[in-house]
Amino acid sequence: MAERCAVIGVGQTHHKAKRDDVSIAGLVREAAKMALADADLTWTDIDAVVIGKAPDMFEGNMMPELYLAPALGAVGKPMFRVHTAGSVGGSTALVAAHLISSGIHKRVLTVAYEKQSDSDAMWALSVPQPFAAPLLAGAGGYFAPHIRAYMRRSGAPEYIGRMVAVKDRRNAMRNPYAHLHIADIDMKMVEESMMLWDPLRYLEACPSSDGAAAMVLSSEDALSGQYPPAWIHGMAMRSEPTMFAGRDQVNPRAGRDCSADVYAQAGITDPRRQIDVAEVYVPFSWYEPMWLENLGFCDLGDGWKLTESGATAFDGDIPWNTSGGVLSSNPIGASGMLRFLEVAMQVRGQAGEHQIGGARVALGQAYGGGSQFFSMWVVGSDKP
Amino acid sequence: MSAAAARRTPRPVSIASFAQAHNVRRDDEHNEVEMLMPVVAEVFGTIGITKDDIDFICSGSTDYLIGGPFSFVTALDAVGVWPPKSESHVEMDGAWALYEAWVLLQEGEIDAALVYCFGRSSPGNLNEILALQLDPYYVAPLWPDPVSLAALQARALIDAGKATEADFAAIASRSRRDALDNPKAQVANDIPAEKLLEDEYIVSPLRRHALPPITDGVAAIVLAAGDKARQWSKPVWITGFDHRIETHSLGARDLTSSPSTARAAEGAGVSDGPIDVAEIHAPFAHQEIILKEALGLDDTVVVNPSGGPLAANPLMSAGLIRIGEAATRISSGRAHRAVAHATSGPCLQQNLVCVLEGE
Repeated sequence: MAERCAVIGVGQTHHKAKRDDVSIAGLVREAAKMALADADLTWTDIDAVVIGKAPDMFEGNMMPELYLAPALGAVGKPMFRVHTAGSVGGSTALVAAHLISSGIHKRVLTVAYEKQSDSDAMWALSVPQPFAAPLLAGAGGYFAPHIRAYMRRSGAPEYIGRMVAVKDRRNAMRNPYAHLHIADIDMKMVEESMMLWDPLRYLEACPSSDGAAAMVLSSEDALSGQYPPAWIHGMAMRSEPTMFAGRDQVNPRAGRDCSADVYAQAGITDPRRQIDVAEVYVPFSWYEPMWLENLGFCDLGDGWKLTESGATAFDGDIPWNTSGGVLSSNPIGASGMLRFLEVAMQVRGQAGEHQIGGARVALGQAYGGGSQFFSMWVVGSDKP
Repeated sequence: MSAAAARRTPRPVSIASFAQAHNVRRDDEHNEVEMLMPVVAEVFGTIGITKDDIDFICSGSTDYLIGGPFSFVTALDAVGVWPPKSESHVEMDGAWALYEAWVLLQEGEIDAALVYCFGRSSPGNLNEILALQLDPYYVAPLWPDPVSLAALQARALIDAGKATEADFAAIASRSRRDALDNPKAQVANDIPAEKLLEDEYIVSPLRRHALPPITDGVAAIVLAAGDKARQWSKPVWITGFDHRIETHSLGARDLTSSPSTARAAEGAGVSDGPIDVAEIHAPFAHQEIILKEALGLDDTVVVNPSGGPLAANPLMSAGLIRIGEAATRISSGRAHRAVAHATSGPCLQQNLVCVLEGE
């Protein structure tokens, strides 16, 4: 049967538009060394390395894990490369966790990164393919119609997206590692920002960031570190096809199934009551109310009401994206792992200014592709 | 950690089914999904199951072959994951996708996994594409192509007195002669080694015959554990599985040896019993010599009876095909214990070893 697995070390870079002070190897090492220090370990204590990132074309390096093996202390060890679209940071952490829960390894280093300044993700996403409809507008252009569909279905007022944009950026002011620190952000500033993909304005979209995230995962008999472990209570991945007649792209079944699986493992029957804090992949403001419904925090059509009521704010009863979220830092390949990492920090009590007092159970979620790939975990301060 | 920790007794997992496309130089008529669909249908059909019997899916591929991001996304349509499935993807050869699926099956909570992989090399120029695998700051800007790098390795092997050009020709001759019995092979012929030595050099000391063909191909395997392993087919058990990586810097490596393969072989327990057959992912002929030594195989072991990667080398699939071919030798009663190997990166930088046993 599966062994218990815990997060015993976390590390991340200062995320920025351009980290031209470091190479890609320097970037991933910065996060990895911080995670090792947090776990009170060194490179030699690690059994295996699992690395993830979004498409290789974002930097122009094919299978860059080959080049990064020495920088991550992987020489002589198993090294594994995950790529599952935008959910990859979360999936990478899950692949690493399974190496422990399967009993194969004791301590695994998992790393995810993106150095977006090396290239242009929007155009890398827009390479024309034979027999495929051209996207030509990056992720925002793809998701804007789904957001419109959500607004029409739920009757949500236009300002809800702006509320999320302001809330997450204010949370980012508490997080020294966040890319965007917009001290004076308010509804008016968001409303006056340029329209990019109707209804999404510039300040309702995620930035392009350089950054990396790293975690050390451990089996129960190999615990160490500066803070108590964050125990994994449940983990799951789900995928569904991009397109077919009848697919609900606003409320994808893969997301609902994935959360049902992870809640069942973690014994969660009432997410809003039982989950103390959540980090959810919200690259465009409206995905907060959409995922509130998809993740079962409220009834269908009520997600925007929860956002409007302030329930997801830092002082609300279910704070979402205390780190500032993807809206404040978006090194794409690492963005999913940062969600998983933030909730581990919360239940370990090491989140500093963005710590939610008494956080004991937390949900991390990442999604990717055309809202079709999902990865999630629930971590807790109590041993499962 | 050591190889010893990896030598815990694994949960028995069987290669229940294997299928591959006919390997060809250029498949202009099908996209990746269309290439995969018949192979996925076959890998299910031969054991009478459907996708509904599968608990987990993992695939292996690389975007750089198709020349666009997220090539695995549409490939998933070859399976049709509705209702949604637990699914993952590695930007690695399918052999590593198989490893991920095997890891999940070790936990004992699921019993069946589909692994597939695809590589279509024909649309691009492999010499340019594979140069992008190298250190992006210090090596890739020089655009060293994979054949030139392999030639450096072959030269080092000759200089070390470990092999001759005649050895390379003998390996190529044997591989493509054996491929005559493999209906999926791309290059199969019976040309004596002496004749092959008349080939021109592509990059000295590698003559044309010592290079792998450029191949379009896909492959799939179904893994089964628990009751399903016996219900679905005569089991071919994975008894050892490990993979290791070396440094990227070619100048820091002894290219005439493969310590990562040796380490993985130790972890997988290759030497725990006699090996009948080895399917070795040695894209260049001379690499078979290096890998055979690292795996600790003597001359009694039958190497690459399928013809190996010299007969068909679909990128991202050739490693998984080694495992499938080795399993087929066991399930057909021609071998009892086999080792399969997969490689990735320049000059055998990363290596995977899988030990298979019949009952």
